[in-house]
Amino acid sequence: MRRVLVLFAHPKFEKSRANKALVQAIAGLEGITFHDLYERYPHFQIDVAYEQKLLQQHDIIVWHHPIYWYSCPPLLKQWIDLVLEIGWAYGKGGEQLKGKYLFNAVSSGGSREVYQPEGRNRFSLRQFLAPFEQTAWLCHLQYLPPFAVQGTHRLTELELEEVALQYAQTLRQLQHASDASLSELNALEYLNDWKA
Amino acid sequence: MSGHFLESALVYLGAAVVCVPVAKRLGLGSVLGYLLAGMLIGPFALGFIGEEGDDILHIAEFGVVIMLFLIGLELEPKAFWRMRKQILGLGGWQVLLTTLLFWLVGMALWQLSWSAALALALALSMSSTALVLQNMKEQGRMNTEAGKSAFAVLLFQDIAVIPILALLPLLAVAPAVTGAEESGLLAGLSAWWQAALILGSIVAVILSGRWLIVPLLRVVAQTRIRELFVASALLLVVAVAVLMQAVGLSAALGAFLAGVVLANSEYRHALESDLEPFKGLLLGLFFMAVGASINFQLLLDDWLKVLVLVLGVMGCKGMILAAIGKYFKFGTDQNFIFSFGLMQVGEFAFVLFAFMGQLGLLPVADLQLFTAVTALSMTLTPVFGLVNERYLLPRVGTQQNPQAADVPEGGKRVILAGFGHFGSTIGRLLRANGVEATILDYDADQVELLRKMGFKVFYGDATREDLLELAGAAEAEMLISAIPNVETNLILAEMVHKHHPHLKFFARTRNRFDAYELMEQGVQHIYRETLDTSVRMGAEILQSLGFRAYSAHRSAQDFMRFDESAMSHLALKKRNMKEYIQSVRETIRWQEELLLADKDRSLSDQDHSWDSEAIRKNVMG
Repeated sequence: MRRVLVLFAHPKFEKSRANKALVQAIAGLEGITFHDLYERYPHFQIDVAYEQKLLQQHDIIVWHHPIYWYSCPPLLKQWIDLVLEIGWAYGKGGEQLKGKYLFNAVSSGGSREVYQPEGRNRFSLRQFLAPFEQTAWLCHLQYLPPFAVQGTHRLTELELEEVALQYAQTLRQLQHASDASLSELNALEYLNDWKA
Repeated sequence: MSGHFLESALVYLGAAVVCVPVAKRLGLGSVLGYLLAGMLIGPFALGFIGEEGDDILHIAEFGVVIMLFLIGLELEPKAFWRMRKQILGLGGWQVLLTTLLFWLVGMALWQLSWSAALALALALSMSSTALVLQNMKEQGRMNTEAGKSAFAVLLFQDIAVIPILALLPLLAVAPAVTGAEESGLLAGLSAWWQAALILGSIVAVILSGRWLIVPLLRVVAQTRIRELFVASALLLVVAVAVLMQAVGLSAALGAFLAGVVLANSEYRHALESDLEPFKGLLLGLFFMAVGASINFQLLLDDWLKVLVLVLGVMGCKGMILAAIGKYFKFGTDQNFIFSFGLMQVGEFAFVLFAFMGQLGLLPVADLQLFTAVTALSMTLTPVFGLVNERYLLPRVGTQQNPQAADVPEGGKRVILAGFGHFGSTIGRLLRANGVEATILDYDADQVELLRKMGFKVFYGDATREDLLELAGAAEAEMLISAIPNVETNLILAEMVHKHHPHLKFFARTRNRFDAYELMEQGVQHIYRETLDTSVRMGAEILQSLGFRAYSAHRSAQDFMRFDESAMSHLALKKRNMKEYIQSVRETIRWQEELLLADKDRSLSDQDHSWDSEAIRKNVMG
């Protein structure tokens, strides 16, 4: 069973009903470590050694965050800047993350339709996530398609509950799937569409 | 005296208001100011007051009683117990050796009988609690080794007064000529009954503290009439004083005992703040009375004898103190402060001399002479202290030559004044980042220690212009004051403004009122020691209550910024904030204004773009 590390970054978690539902659904699941970055580092003073140790102890890394202005909240960017050190994650001798998997689990106010060439945001979510994908590639990580909860403002409680269950289900599938089936996932636009 | 009351008040208050600020300005301390004021209005100079000076002295002695009560209040029984070694060691040796020396000298040179010489020696061994503690407090030295040791010695002396008072009648060859008034309750009682009564009163004070006084104060406090609480605080001290005097004990000691008993009670701070002004005024009056009571006629007639006596007595006391300090391994500077501080003869000597007169132990002429010597020695103490401060301490503070060892090579960019808990934190942070500050501190022991640890610390008072110069003020970029005392910081601010306008001045302050004072002086970098810590604590309390860490942190940062800006805004609005805010009521009103301002400012307005609920409302209409 693969161990999953959920790196959660939300500056206003207490006001986010979508993320509350998502986090609640994965809380306490076996083999899943939930790491609340804004709670742990309110002063942005990231403990790099600790973070690297956590990464080493897990096989699947999840960047779980809301999409703000087509990117992640600042603390996650800070985390990326500080933790993925040269000589450790990339560059000469930097192969500590080799063979691990990584994907973004995001929530966005805009719906799936809005994130399309003909939509208001003009680019797809996958396109907006290109910097993350490239980061993964540079760090020898295998990047997977994003899991997304979109149009969050219009979701009913029931729909939220459903998508939250699906998030938990997806994580469990990732834990147990064969390497071969995981390498096929990259063909998907969203991890949400994965039918195991 | 009642008819003259207003006139007397006019004279005393007027003299105090004129002399004390002048003395303070000259760096002489308030005690010398009061003493000078007393001399000025006394019979010798302006003659505003004559014989009634003695009466005033009696009233004013009550200031000493209140002071000892307050000292007792600050000293919990546990702390008192912890100090027992210092009290017995330092105080015991001081009284023993000084008494022994003066006893022998009295018999050999003054041709006194052994009993009279002993009585005189005991009186002369006392130092002045009122004077020394006032001085030490004013100089902020209560927590230094010298301050603590001086306090221990004074405490021992205060306690020693009881057995001494009991001993004096036994020394009297002639039967006591005490009048009925003085002997009070004890008149005509057998020695056993006297002892029992004395013991009984002490036990009564201790027991009533817990079982009578505290419940009584609770009842009074519940009436919520402030002046009634003040009245009962005064009543408490007066009652203890009367009881003690009735059984022939020192009122001051009884008050001290009552204070220690009440130190653990919930009314400790209320009692302290209510009695403080009375203590200050009465002590001032006391010092003025001492000044006025100096018989200048006697001094003039016998000036050589008086001079020799004063210097001889103070010299002997000082040397014994210094020897004790050396034996107890004080640093040289601390020993100087300790010895120069305690070398006078104190107010208890007045009491003892008066008692000796009643007992006929010593001729009246001798007693008058020694009363004058005592008063004069108290007057000279601040003067000697000043000499010590200005000319001796700078020399003995460090063993090394300050010029050679203490001037940093090439000039450091930062001068840090004060290296206590606060300053050392700053110093360590700077050092961790490769900034070696030039550090000034006036505790030589600490300087030595830190030197050994490899810090560039050196000895001296930062407000001395020459020292600041030596520390490289001309080349430095900034001066950091980690000293909480606002007076010191005001002096530093002025010095920077006058002589080193290129220096950035960073000042620590205790609270917002001190900060206002610095702001009015144009100081820009002000750090309230009560702000950051309390805000940080508040934020972590919010976290423990379940708030998200980051939200609590942001709210705290926001709060702090708001508080700082509100402060500078209000400081501009109101000049002389310090005077304005003096009274407790104004302080409370001020708090209220701040709280109202907090209310107007809606904390929930922040973080709109992260608040998905707010966005949702906007989107959904």
